[in-house]
Amino acid sequence: MRRAELVMALILALCSISLMVKSAELPIGWIPGEGPGGGAFPFWLSTGMLICCVWIIINWVRKLGPVATSTAAYMDKEALILFVLAAGSLTVMIGLIHVVGVYVSVPLFLVFYVRFVGRHSWPLTGGLAVVTPIVAFFFFEIALRITLPKGKTEPLFYPLYDIFL
Amino acid sequence: MEIINLLADGFLIVFQPLYLAIIIGGVTLGLFIGAMPGLGSVNGVAILLPMTFLMEEQAPGSAIIFLAAIYYGAMYGGAISSIMLGIPGASTAVATTFDGRPLALKGLADQALVAAATASFIGGTISVLLFTGFAPPLAKVALSFGAPEEFALMMLAFATFIGLGGDDISKTFFSIFIGLVLSAVGLDIISGQPRLIFFDIPGFFHGVNFLVLAIGIYGIGEMLWTIESSRGDVQLSKATVSVRRIIDNIVRMKETTKAMVMGSFLGYFVGILPAAGATPGSLMAYGVAKTMSKDPDSFGKGNLIGVAAPEAANNAASTGSMLPMLTLGIPGSPTTAILLGGMVIWGLEPGPRLFIEEKEFVWGLIASLYAANLFALLVNIAFIPALIWVLRTPFTILAPSIFVLCVIGGYAPTQDMHDVWLMLLFGVVAYLLRKLDYPMAPAVLAIVLGPLAEASLRQSLIINHGSPMIFFERPISGPLIGIAILLFFMPLFKALKSRLTSSRAAQERS
Repeated sequence: MRRAELVMALILALCSISLMVKSAELPIGWIPGEGPGGGAFPFWLSTGMLICCVWIIINWVRKLGPVATSTAAYMDKEALILFVLAAGSLTVMIGLIHVVGVYVSVPLFLVFYVRFVGRHSWPLTGGLAVVTPIVAFFFFEIALRITLPKGKTEPLFYPLYDIFL
Repeated sequence: MEIINLLADGFLIVFQPLYLAIIIGGVTLGLFIGAMPGLGSVNGVAILLPMTFLMEEQAPGSAIIFLAAIYYGAMYGGAISSIMLGIPGASTAVATTFDGRPLALKGLADQALVAAATASFIGGTISVLLFTGFAPPLAKVALSFGAPEEFALMMLAFATFIGLGGDDISKTFFSIFIGLVLSAVGLDIISGQPRLIFFDIPGFFHGVNFLVLAIGIYGIGEMLWTIESSRGDVQLSKATVSVRRIIDNIVRMKETTKAMVMGSFLGYFVGILPAAGATPGSLMAYGVAKTMSKDPDSFGKGNLIGVAAPEAANNAASTGSMLPMLTLGIPGSPTTAILLGGMVIWGLEPGPRLFIEEKEFVWGLIASLYAANLFALLVNIAFIPALIWVLRTPFTILAPSIFVLCVIGGYAPTQDMHDVWLMLLFGVVAYLLRKLDYPMAPAVLAIVLGPLAEASLRQSLIINHGSPMIFFERPISGPLIGIAILLFFMPLFKALKSRLTSSRAAQERS
């Protein structure tokens, strides 16, 4: 945990510096007759973020606070596997939405998670994987008129549009 | 008298069948969300807000009534997993586990469940009465506020996180700053120039929607956290429920009256403070109830008062947190921060002008709180067996379902996949930061208040030709900024005090 605290503070410090640089693309000082420049608000707040990171690092050096003194692992092996499975499958699902759309990627994700991670039965997995996109279609596309991304599967929905929209 | 007439008008709106159905649906959904370990009102409101767009178009004011009902229901539901599983449904129900779980282990789960529901009802009712009395005069005062007062109020809201939050100060400041920076992404509010457009990605031109951050943190981040923390087996207690036993248990609540009333008042006033809210409110109520008790040793072993006091407090706090949201436009909790953002989406301007320009909306909402409180009690008691059954849902079914809801909910407001990726990034980062004790609630509050904070700061500085003295010289903003500065320095005073006490103790020993 102690090492993770330092690494995270350093990463956040770098992010703060890049935000300061990015904010400074607009004026960060006082413009006569106009007031504070457009970049002032984010620039000084990013500076505040950087100061906080330095503060966290000083606390780390002085071994102050529960995290800076903790000897526990930041993420043990089991936690890491669970995290990679959940965040990884979610990333793949979102990536697949661009290619095959919500109505294919969501069932694939549910099958993977419910069947292979959760080890539930095929009828339960299949039920969830079929019912979820149907409910999503009628709720979002028909009731709310919000078109969900369909990728390459878009032409398959033309007959449904003709019936319901 | 005027308040009674306005409230009566509000009830006329709420008693329409459509609104009644929305309230009952909202509290029922909220109860089930609150009962799930790891899910609370803030998660429910964040994930379901995008689903309310149609509702608002069909019946104005119904979306916030629905979400407020979910908020109320979830506050009731949080106690159920605390009692039955020993895992709080949300942090607001932590104090309920102290005595609720021992009661369940003794075979008295039904007694604890009925006590939690009844105390929640008492807390909700007292706090809504207080809300009705306090809101109109506070809104009247707030009408005279200009840009400096608005900015001072926001400083006060952020300062409460530093002075009263209890988290690591450096990390709390970081969370506030990053939320405010994210709110600045998009176009500069005065010059209209593009600002913080990372890698020239067009999606950043429309800014970072507060919902993207809220769903990222409270949907994806929370699920990742719960997946990790719920690895161990949990034991579901048995509960014997019958009408006779429910009536007997309600009658038994007489002995907890004092604690419920104390918890309601304490919870309401603590709930008004942005950094405090329902969790510290319920813990404080538990502590006070234990101190006031003639038998403090029985606390933690299954004392009914130990369930009633924190449950009354956490429900009262949820109403308390709506007071600054509606009257000042400053949310009193992360959930009300999301509700406030929702109001902007629905075309309403949060703040005191609502009480003049949107009377129907405000009084309809207040009346709905009375109705939601009553229905939450009835649905809670009627659905105890169903709520216990839901607790058996394996997390490997719940988690992917929530993930899917988050992805579609994150896409719906702007219909831009850029926001879905951003939401995933925020969720993963929030999870990684939470493991290192970075508080997330200040960031959500900051992204909601950011645009208003920047506008009021810049307007104030322009009015006074760049001098920040304007915040100190005006009769309302001066004291507010003064209190905010005191709160910012409170951790320093505390550290000095504890150092002084320990050095004195060392001197006495030597």
